[in-house]
Amino acid sequence: MTAYIIRRFLYAIPILIGVNLITFLLFFVVNSPDDMARMHLGQKRVTQEAIQAWKQEHGYDKPLLYNREVGGIAGLTDTIFFEKSVRLFAFQFGSSDAGRDIGYDISQRMWPSLAIAVPVLLVGLAFNISFALFIVFFRATYIDFGSVVLLVAMLSISSLFYIIGGQFILGKVFHLVPISGYDTGLQAWKFLILPVIVGVIGGIGAGTRWYRTLFLEEIAKDYVRTAQAKGLDERLVLFRHVLRNALIPILTGVVVVLPLLFMGSLITESFFGIPGLGSYTIDAISNQDFAIVRSMVFLGAVLYILGLILTDISYTLVDPRVRLQ
Amino acid sequence: MPVLVLVMLSVAGCGESAWNDPYPASDAESKTVYSSFNERPKHLDPARSYSSNEVAFLGQIYEPPLQYHFLLRPYRLIPLAAIEVPVPRYYDAAGDPLPADAPATDIARSDYLIQVRPGIRFQPHPAFARDAEGRFRYHALSETDLRGVNRLNDFPEVGSRELIAEDFVHQIKRLAAPWLHSPIAGVMRRHIIGFQGLSERLAEAEEKGALERVEHLRHARLAGVEVVDRYSFRIGVKGKYPQFIYWLAMPFFAPMPWEADVFYAQPGMRERNIILDWYPVGTGPFMLSENNPNLRMVLMRNPNFHGERYPTEGMPGDRESGILADAGRPLPFIDRAIYSLEKESIPRWNKFLQGYYDSSGISSDAFDQAVQVDAEGEPILTQSMREQGVSLLTSVEPSIFYLGFNMLDPVVGGDSQRARLLRRAISIAVDFEEFISIFVNGRGLAAQGPIPPGIFGHREGEAGINPFVYEWRGGRAVRRGLEEARTLMRQAGYPDGIDRDTGRALTINYEAVATGPDDRARLNWIRKQFAKLGIELVIRSTDYNRFQEKMRKGTGQVFMWGWNADYPDPENFLFLLYGPNGKVEHLGENAANYANPEFDRLYDEMKYLDDGPQRQAMIDRLVEIARTDAPWVWGFHPKAFSLHHQWLFNAHPNQMAKNTLKYRRVDAKRRQRLRREWNRPVLWPLWAGAGLLLLVILPAWWSVRRREGSRAL
Repeated sequence: MTAYIIRRFLYAIPILIGVNLITFLLFFVVNSPDDMARMHLGQKRVTQEAIQAWKQEHGYDKPLLYNREVGGIAGLTDTIFFEKSVRLFAFQFGSSDAGRDIGYDISQRMWPSLAIAVPVLLVGLAFNISFALFIVFFRATYIDFGSVVLLVAMLSISSLFYIIGGQFILGKVFHLVPISGYDTGLQAWKFLILPVIVGVIGGIGAGTRWYRTLFLEEIAKDYVRTAQAKGLDERLVLFRHVLRNALIPILTGVVVVLPLLFMGSLITESFFGIPGLGSYTIDAISNQDFAIVRSMVFLGAVLYILGLILTDISYTLVDPRVRLQ
Repeated sequence: MPVLVLVMLSVAGCGESAWNDPYPASDAESKTVYSSFNERPKHLDPARSYSSNEVAFLGQIYEPPLQYHFLLRPYRLIPLAAIEVPVPRYYDAAGDPLPADAPATDIARSDYLIQVRPGIRFQPHPAFARDAEGRFRYHALSETDLRGVNRLNDFPEVGSRELIAEDFVHQIKRLAAPWLHSPIAGVMRRHIIGFQGLSERLAEAEEKGALERVEHLRHARLAGVEVVDRYSFRIGVKGKYPQFIYWLAMPFFAPMPWEADVFYAQPGMRERNIILDWYPVGTGPFMLSENNPNLRMVLMRNPNFHGERYPTEGMPGDRESGILADAGRPLPFIDRAIYSLEKESIPRWNKFLQGYYDSSGISSDAFDQAVQVDAEGEPILTQSMREQGVSLLTSVEPSIFYLGFNMLDPVVGGDSQRARLLRRAISIAVDFEEFISIFVNGRGLAAQGPIPPGIFGHREGEAGINPFVYEWRGGRAVRRGLEEARTLMRQAGYPDGIDRDTGRALTINYEAVATGPDDRARLNWIRKQFAKLGIELVIRSTDYNRFQEKMRKGTGQVFMWGWNADYPDPENFLFLLYGPNGKVEHLGENAANYANPEFDRLYDEMKYLDDGPQRQAMIDRLVEIARTDAPWVWGFHPKAFSLHHQWLFNAHPNQMAKNTLKYRRVDAKRRQRLRREWNRPVLWPLWAGAGLLLLVILPAWWSVRRREGSRAL
């Protein structure tokens, strides 16, 4: 398995280079270094000399991908792409174009993101699995039909609707929780109630339907029929046999998103005023801060690859038939 | 889940304040102003900051020599850190003094002697801290010293010192430092004597380390600016530049202690995000005690503030309105201001309604909920707002949004009579009254020329209308009819929008910055305005970067842009039409690239004149020329609407002063009482939810038991 993991990490290198290159190209198709300088220097009374000085100071005065004046290997290395990308592979994010240490900002902003994402994941998982088991218990009845209709309706509704609706009902009409905001330390939790509730409710439609499908597929298998034929309680069949065997795809779905929990949610954080990582990238795009954009995309790609590797490893833990080679 | 929520909320509600109160209960009755911001300030270094959202903070922290009077209109400069408003002294090329009324052409140099008020002290800051032997405590920090330091508050010791003239001079030199990229360096280079030379000398130090650069800057000499004595300094300006006085009321000219520059320039500080651009050092009534722009920014009362008193004079009606009730009382009235990040307008608005923000603007979504128009067409508050005791303040902003023609374009631009008639016809057809009504909820005033109301040179009433677009009927300006516009089109050689030369419909490109679906309605509207004359308008939507590029290259035909005043002088608007300020040729702010020799000549004379009949006459002529040539469809001046709760006092519209937080007063007890009254938790839905859950669970449970107990057939 060790060799497999090492191989997967090595595969990740060309993927990360590719992601970095695509991010770079997409960013600079839309924004030129001059645009970036103007954004940082302000819109009024900016002179061409000031733009040139800013580009020089921030290393944006070089060619993007190939430096013809230098040529050869140096022509590839004496470029914006190389100089801005190579340090990422050592996880040195450097400073944002506004001068802030990106690594420090990420380390500060990931906690609020986690404070929402982890409870949403855990509570959502528990609720969705319970609800799915309940529906499966009453499969092929009006309860099943009605629940599926409800779930389809819930997953068809935009997450924005849940957020605004939650803020309106719980915050504005019933005055139960702050509409938005955040605080540090233990004071944070009263601000987390609403986003967590909204996050859980917003995920019920898709999550429960997914688990219902898994359980129905499992319940149709021979071993379940055998257990039922033995006269085992339906509850025992569901919890001891069906749930345990359906854990593999559930685990797959959960483990792969675990690393991405750090990245936060853009809309949720924006509407609830949570200072997490979700809005960090979008703010950077609107401020044309390439240093942050490339760091966050790189980090997202690394975490996603890590999630996939963890998923593979988790297979071997829950299913003895699976072995990585 | 409802039961869980109920338990959690019950714990949350165990305090004194409302359950949905986003602030700690201990702050309930503190003298705090609560406000919000929607975008992180990019710069808090007064040499770099130029955006209004940044100045909203800097204005409370830094004190330039001058400020705008809070109540008097037209806007009047009064001393702030200075003892008095400086009167320039003029000198000819030989260095001999000239009288105040000397012709501008004779003046080679203007000197501004600024006397600093003694006794002003900087806010407590680690840069000033000294040890027992009098050495600076934090000016030679090693990496070991900085271990565990991540914020300014991690330095336990602070100090202060008296403000002296040298601090102002140091800041003016900072404006010239190439590594600081001050946005006004280009302007000051043209006006302050020796500024260009200092910039060039400092450029040589650009490659050095931060600390060396600061030392280099500190000891560099700026020829035109000199310290006269401990409390006075002199700024030498090239020729005559009366508008220079207004710059002295901006944070660019606020004092900067060299100690702060040295402190922040030390190795390891930037890596820890401890920089002047993040932690300001001022003498103002407030200091930034928390800078977490992803969450909140907190201004605390500066314990070293020198003191200032609320103004005792105002305009007629001010005493009756109660705005002078605090006249003569010491400032500031509040201890703290908390600005919370609110990116979205919906939660911001709802929190204002709940009393958690003391003031609010009005987004388009919430406009009908807050404001209605009375029989006279005046905006008034809705019944629900009045019941909450909210007050509405409105004022015309010193800004203009205009539809510009690229005067370099062969069709819409140029000095030909044909193009001029075409532009005038379009000026009539594009109905900005309708635009204001549809897209800005009536919050605007159709412009008659480039100068907004409240700025010297603007004329009200019949004398102020643009006769090419409006006529005076029934005591008000009425837009001329479309038939007149069509007549102008025929005279221009475009009958019904058909180009007589080619026989084809006239097609014009409109450069638009469109970023979302909301822009579609606006673009459709503008297309319809041109269609009234048979002109086919091609919308060329793009992002702001590309739009600016087109403007710089002059490849556009028609566009919409705006300008917000730096200072309340007509020069700051008329320069937008000044030929040598053309965007394409000179990279200036004249985006229409309008150039009229007579206009330019008059402008050059007007900008040197003091306000008075002669200047007014000259401005009238300048505006007349511009209206005749019609390089812009004059667009509109936006109106600012703001709402304030009943517990907030001394909110008064002042579009130029950015340091008005010190005048604010709050009745915290009333605020707390009303907040609790307005935000009583409604608990029955939770019990109802729990009951509903039981109603679902119990039959299900019963059903499960029944199924398990039933026999197989």
